[in-house]
Amino acid sequence: MATVADTHGAEHEHGPAKGILRWITTTNHKDIGTLYLTFAMIMFLVGGAMALIIRAELYQPGLQLVDPHFFNQMTTLHALIMVFGAVMPAFAGFANWMIPPMIGAPDMALPRMNNWSFWILPFAAVLLSATLFMDGGAIASGWTLYPPLVLQFGDALPFTIFSVHLLGISSILASINIIVTIFNLRAPGLTMMKMPMFCWTWLITAFLLILVMPVLAGAVTMLLFDKFFDTSFFDAAGGGDPVLFQHLFWFFGHPEVYIIILPAFGIVSQIIPTFSRKPLFGKNSMIFATAVIGFLSFIVWAHHQFTVGMPVPAELYFMYATMLIAVPTGVKVFNWLATMWKGSLTFETPMLHALGFLVLFVFGGFTGIMMSQAPADLYYHDNYFIVAHFHYTLVGGGVFAIFAGLFYWLPKWTGTMYDEKLGKLHFWLSFLGFNLLFMPQHFLGLAGMPRRIPDYAVQFTEFNQMSSVGAFIFGFTQLLLVYIVYKCVKGEGEKASGEVWEGAKSHGLEWNLPSPMPYHHSFEGVDIQKAVADE
Amino acid sequence: MASTGLFSFVGGFAAKLIGSGAGTFFMVLGLLLLVGVMVGWFGEVINEGLQGLYNPQVERSFRWGMIWFIASEVMFFACFFGSLFYFRAYVIPWLGGEGTSGVGAFTHLLWPDFKPEWPTNGPARVGGEFEPMGAWGIPALNTMILLSSGATVTWAHWGLLKNDRPQFVKGLIATIALGLAFVVLQAYEYYHAYTEMGLTLGAGIYGSTFFLLTGFHGFHVTIGAIFLTVILFRALRGHFDPDHHFAFEAAAWYWHFVDVVWLGLFIFVYWL
Repeated sequence: MATVADTHGAEHEHGPAKGILRWITTTNHKDIGTLYLTFAMIMFLVGGAMALIIRAELYQPGLQLVDPHFFNQMTTLHALIMVFGAVMPAFAGFANWMIPPMIGAPDMALPRMNNWSFWILPFAAVLLSATLFMDGGAIASGWTLYPPLVLQFGDALPFTIFSVHLLGISSILASINIIVTIFNLRAPGLTMMKMPMFCWTWLITAFLLILVMPVLAGAVTMLLFDKFFDTSFFDAAGGGDPVLFQHLFWFFGHPEVYIIILPAFGIVSQIIPTFSRKPLFGKNSMIFATAVIGFLSFIVWAHHQFTVGMPVPAELYFMYATMLIAVPTGVKVFNWLATMWKGSLTFETPMLHALGFLVLFVFGGFTGIMMSQAPADLYYHDNYFIVAHFHYTLVGGGVFAIFAGLFYWLPKWTGTMYDEKLGKLHFWLSFLGFNLLFMPQHFLGLAGMPRRIPDYAVQFTEFNQMSSVGAFIFGFTQLLLVYIVYKCVKGEGEKASGEVWEGAKSHGLEWNLPSPMPYHHSFEGVDIQKAVADE
Repeated sequence: MASTGLFSFVGGFAAKLIGSGAGTFFMVLGLLLLVGVMVGWFGEVINEGLQGLYNPQVERSFRWGMIWFIASEVMFFACFFGSLFYFRAYVIPWLGGEGTSGVGAFTHLLWPDFKPEWPTNGPARVGGEFEPMGAWGIPALNTMILLSSGATVTWAHWGLLKNDRPQFVKGLIATIALGLAFVVLQAYEYYHAYTEMGLTLGAGIYGSTFFLLTGFHGFHVTIGAIFLTVILFRALRGHFDPDHHFAFEAAAWYWHFVDVVWLGLFIFVYWL
């Protein structure tokens, strides 16, 4: 570092501050990325533990371990924690770590706000988890918080609502930062269309977040007013309508699931070309497909409410609009397949996870098309088929992409290769455990087992037992992941080269940097112009 | 620190809502902490700006940041406006029995006498008799006030651009004064509604949407006025020049934004 003239003043010369204060006061995108990822990992384990409580209870028919009210608290908190605490922060962590080096920027555009957008999260998590220990326990309405049921909960309600507000503020601030960084901090010559897919998908994700998070905030604010300030928004007696909440929630909620899956698409679009040793097939069409998916996500929300009693024309419209999503998604899937076509493929752990993503996500997509049919959805609604569907897309899609990205960039972050043997073991255990966990739930759903109920009819026992065994395999495998990451961060393993993966330099600016990247100014001494031109 | 403040504020507020005595204390503490951090944070940014540490690229980052912040605020209001339209276009007719194959069939059995009309406090007449807020008294006056404040803030901007400091400061003072007048008039309107018109938050869907929309707007006007007041004090200290005045522009954008929202409110909440 010292060999390059530093025009930014002395304070940038030293490394990170020491001790805990480094993490509290940091404005460094790499530190904040690490914070996001660490937070996500902790929340992933907490939310996972809740899922295991659910699966343990469902191992046998009848009530064994927990009472039904607590069971419903678990399903609610599991969802909220996984969506807002684990998956979204994990992608935000990737964005923080990787967007600046991918576009040739020294850091995020608004670093102080970046610090704040992370540090809101732990407080929101505390607020949410604290409700477990209050009178009447946590919210047990499911994460969708539908009134009038949710208005019957007592002390937990305002805490949950404010927690949602905080999470929303955090996401909006982070999104503003990402958009500004991408618009304003790209290296000269790196035009928008040359930008890596991961940045593109995050850009569109950030737009979605900015546009839908305030709507969720507004909707839960109306819940709060209905509960504490006498209003009648969701009460038909006063001229309101509980279904309005569902419309508002899903106007947020549907883009929200794309907020989770689009960065996953981005990560996979980085990984597949690297391990196929070919450029991404049809990149421009990938970008447009992503934008189209983002747009469609705003106009399909009511397919979550086919059974609520909407007018028939509305059902038809939302059904057709929903089926349209399959088109841009198909473009993406075929582009990934075409990228691999005649490539010289190798199957290191990131590639395995990316392929796992592809298989599982496409499967989840197919069940999605089944449910997009309004008449058929009347039968799928609120049973284990939908549970299986969204876990295939959000876990098989989102979480497997997170695993893929983690193994892909971990050597870049730490300068140490992870343990390839353990990595592969982690993939196979996760993949098999996952399928054992969720595949049987399709059949349970089709046979009529309702979701969010702690008990079931005896004929569902075998499939439930398979599912629970799978859950424990998948869950405990993640401890292996923690161990692999810990080893890598400790520096136990081979040193990673700057390029890390064979030929990776032609797939992204970040691979031109040394591993680990310098703490400040990733591009110190690197000829960005040349790197951009080479790509 | 800011997070701690925010946490304490919302935590305290929630505790207050469920009837805990300590709630108010933590709420106030949190708010103070939050304001303190904001003052410190923005103060530092202002100082760095004055020292000329910010190049045009950084300034551009701030601009984009403000633009997208306002975009998210637009969606916040869009949520409430959308709800209002939904109630008026769908829910009220359904409650009146429209759409016999759907919701209307049931509601008509529940409340056969309900006439679908707006304003309404719903089929159960929640909150009792009330009088809706007319458009041509205080609301029309407030419309004039906010529209002229939009003009004065632009006049202040012109003053700044041609480096006419007195015009700049006068324009700011006029804008803030108009903003305060607006808030005072609205407070009077609320008082009137609560004490004489029977129009409260509890007055069914009309009262709910009326106070939610106008209340959040009034809150935003207040924030905008505080924002402009900070700008005014900075202007009096000689900050800003014709080329560097991002903070002023951000405040002006925000002010125009609340202005436009008010026009929507005036048309859809008060007038139609």
